[in-house]
Amino acid sequence: MFESLFYILIFPGVLFVSVFGLAAEVMDRKIYARLQNRVGPPWFQTVADFIKLLGKEDIVPIDANPRMFRIAPLFALTSAVTVFLYIPLWGAQSLFSFNGDIIMVLYLLTVPTLAFFVGGWYSTSLFARIGSVRAVTQLFAYEVPLFMSILASALLANTWSMKEIASFYTQHPYYCFFNIIGFAVALVSLLGKLEKVPFDIPEAETEIVAGIFTEYSGRLLGILRLTIDIEMVVGSALLAAVFFPVGMTLAPVIGFLLFIVKVLIIVAIMALLRTVVARLRIDQMIDFCWKYMVPMAVCQLLMNLVLKGILFR
Amino acid sequence: MREEEKFKIPIGPQHPALKEPENFSLALKGEKIMGVEIRLGYNHRGIEKAAEARTYVQDVYLLERVCGICSHAHSTCFVQAVEEIAGAQVPKRALYIRTLIAELERIHSHLLWLGVAGHEIGFDTLLMYTWRDREIVMDILALLTGNRVNYGINTLGGVRRDINKEEIETINNGVDILEERTKYYIEVATQETTIIKRLSGVGILSREDALELDAVGPTARASGVKRDIRHDDPYAAYAEIDFNVITDDHSDVYGRTVVRVKELMEAYKIVRQCLKDMPDGPITVKVPRKIPVGEAISRYEAPRGEDVHFVKSNGTEYPERVKVRAPTLANLRAVKHMLKDRFLADMPIVVAAIDPCFSCTDRLISVENNGSRDKQFLTWEALRNYSIEWHRDKGIDFTELNKNFRKRLGSI
Repeated sequence: MFESLFYILIFPGVLFVSVFGLAAEVMDRKIYARLQNRVGPPWFQTVADFIKLLGKEDIVPIDANPRMFRIAPLFALTSAVTVFLYIPLWGAQSLFSFNGDIIMVLYLLTVPTLAFFVGGWYSTSLFARIGSVRAVTQLFAYEVPLFMSILASALLANTWSMKEIASFYTQHPYYCFFNIIGFAVALVSLLGKLEKVPFDIPEAETEIVAGIFTEYSGRLLGILRLTIDIEMVVGSALLAAVFFPVGMTLAPVIGFLLFIVKVLIIVAIMALLRTVVARLRIDQMIDFCWKYMVPMAVCQLLMNLVLKGILFR
Repeated sequence: MREEEKFKIPIGPQHPALKEPENFSLALKGEKIMGVEIRLGYNHRGIEKAAEARTYVQDVYLLERVCGICSHAHSTCFVQAVEEIAGAQVPKRALYIRTLIAELERIHSHLLWLGVAGHEIGFDTLLMYTWRDREIVMDILALLTGNRVNYGINTLGGVRRDINKEEIETINNGVDILEERTKYYIEVATQETTIIKRLSGVGILSREDALELDAVGPTARASGVKRDIRHDDPYAAYAEIDFNVITDDHSDVYGRTVVRVKELMEAYKIVRQCLKDMPDGPITVKVPRKIPVGEAISRYEAPRGEDVHFVKSNGTEYPERVKVRAPTLANLRAVKHMLKDRFLADMPIVVAAIDPCFSCTDRLISVENNGSRDKQFLTWEALRNYSIEWHRDKGIDFTELNKNFRKRLGSI
C-alpha cells in the first residue's frame, strides 16, 4: 500500500516527473536560446514560474462551463503522469507491466491533447475554440505515423510489452539501428504532440493569441504548463525506451542515469529542430504528415516485417 | 452564405500579431477568410493639428515623431517642403548627410522588418539574428546623430551635425559586417523550405491590382511596379548616386521579402557612395523664421514606401496647414485585397508584409450617434471642457492644482 503510494506520488510518480519535466524545459529553453544567440533563462526559471502561477488567481470566463474548464487540466496532468509508471527506467522492468502496455501508453499520451481540446472548447473564447479545433485536426495527422513507427519497433521484438521490448533489444543491441527511420518519424510526430515549432499551430501566438490556453490563468495555467513539460519528458522517455533500450542490464543507478541522458538527448534534438524551422500552416502540416511521414512509417513497418522473416526463421 | 454562418474573429486592437493598436475584423469559414474589415483610429495623436500651433523649427522635431522607425523620412519630407517654399539652397554636404542617414535608416527598418516577418511565421531564430545585427546600424546612427531613433539631425536649411573621418571609418566597418550577414539572410530567406512554404503564394497582389490599389514602396515593387521616388523624382543627393531600383515579379509575400533583402544590399552600396563622394563645405544655410506665403508638396521614399507631406504657409512663423500621408495608408487597401480567400494563419504575415506603421496612418475618427448618420464634431474648446467634465465625474479634478501651479509660476 505505502509502497504503491510512494511509487505514484514520489518516485517515479508525480514529484519526480514534475521536477524532471521542469528541468527538461529549462534545458530545452536554454539550448533554444543559445542557438539564437541569447542568454536564456536561469536554471530555476521554470520552477519560479510554476510557483508564481500557483499563487495567482484563477479566472474562469463567465460564459465558460466552470466544471469542464477546471477539470480538463487535471485530467491531462493525471494521464501524462500515469504514462511514466509504465516506462521501464532501468533493468528492463517498469513498475507496472503487462502484455499490451505499449498500446495503453500511446492512448494515455493522446488523452492530454483531448483534454486540452475540451478545456479550450468550453472556455468559449474565439481564439481558444479555433485552437481546439486545430489541436484535434493536428492530432489526426501526427498520431498515425507516431503509432505506426513505435509499433514497428515492437513488431520487430514480437511483443506488445515495453518490458519485453527492452529485454529483446538488450539481447540484440544492433537491431536498434534498423529502427532509425521509425525513430525520425516518431521524433517529428512528437513535436506535433508537444505543439512545438514547426507544429505549434494550435497555439500560434501571432494568429490566435495563446490558442487553447488563452483563457487559462493562475493555477490552471500552471497545471497546463506542467502537463506539457511532463508530456515532453514522457514522450522522450517513451522514444528512448522503445527505440534505444540499450544498457538496461547495468546497475540500477548507472542504468537510470543513462536513461536520463537518453531522454535529455532527445529533448535537445527537439530543441535543435525547432530552432531551424518556421511554423507551418495547418493544411501544410497535414499534407506533410500524410505525404511524407506516413509512407516513411509504412516503409519501416514493411522493413521490420521482412527483417523478422529473415532474422528469426 | 448567410451572415450568421460566418465566424467573426477580431484581430486587434490588442493582439500579439500587431505591434500597434488596429482592428481587423475577419469573417471566417473554418480557417478560410471570407471578408475583412479594417478599422483605423485607435492611435490618433492629432499631430497635424499640433503642427499648426508650433513654429516651423519646432515642427521639424514634432513631425519626426510621426513614426518611430522612419522618423528621418518624415522630418526630411517636411523640411524639404518648407525649404521649397522659402527658396533655400541647401548645401551639397547637408544633402549627402541626409541621404546617408536615410539609407542607414532604411537598413535598420528592413532588418527590423525581416525579424518581424520571421516572428509572424513562427521563425523566432531569424528574429533574434536580425535584431542582433540591427544593433550595429543602430549604434552607427547613435554615433552620428546622438540618438538611436528620432535622430533630430535635420534642421531648416541643412543638417545639425557634421561627420568626421573616424566616423566614416566606423560606418564602413559596420556596413562591411552587415553586408556579410545580409548575404547569409538572403540565403536563409530564399532557401529554407519552411520559410518558402509559408511565404510563397501568400498575399498575392498582381501588377494590375497594385497599380489600381495604389500600392507603394516594396509592396508595389514586389508586384513588378517600378515605383521608387528616389529614382522617379530624386531628392537630397539621390540624383548623383548610382543605384538600382529592385523589383520582383513574384507578387506575393516571398517577393516582398526578396525585394527588401535586396534593397538592403543596395542601401549598403548607397552608403559607401555617400561616404566616398561627400563634398566639403558648410552643412547649413540660414532660413528665415517667417516663411513667405506659399505651399509645397514634398515626396520621399521612406523604407515603407512613398511618404507625402503638404505644407501651406501664411507668412508667419506658424504653418497654416501640414498634411501627412504616410505610406501605410496607401497600402492598407491592398491588404484587404490580399487577405481575400486566404487562411487565418496567413493573416499576420500578409499584414506584416506591407510593413505597417499604424500610428503614422491613423486618421480622425468621426463618431456616429447610435448608428444614425448625423455625425458629431467638437470644437477644440468644447473637447477640452468635455474632458474636464469627464474627469470630474470620475473624481479627478485638476482645477485646484492648476490654480496653485499658476500662482507658483507667477511668484517665480
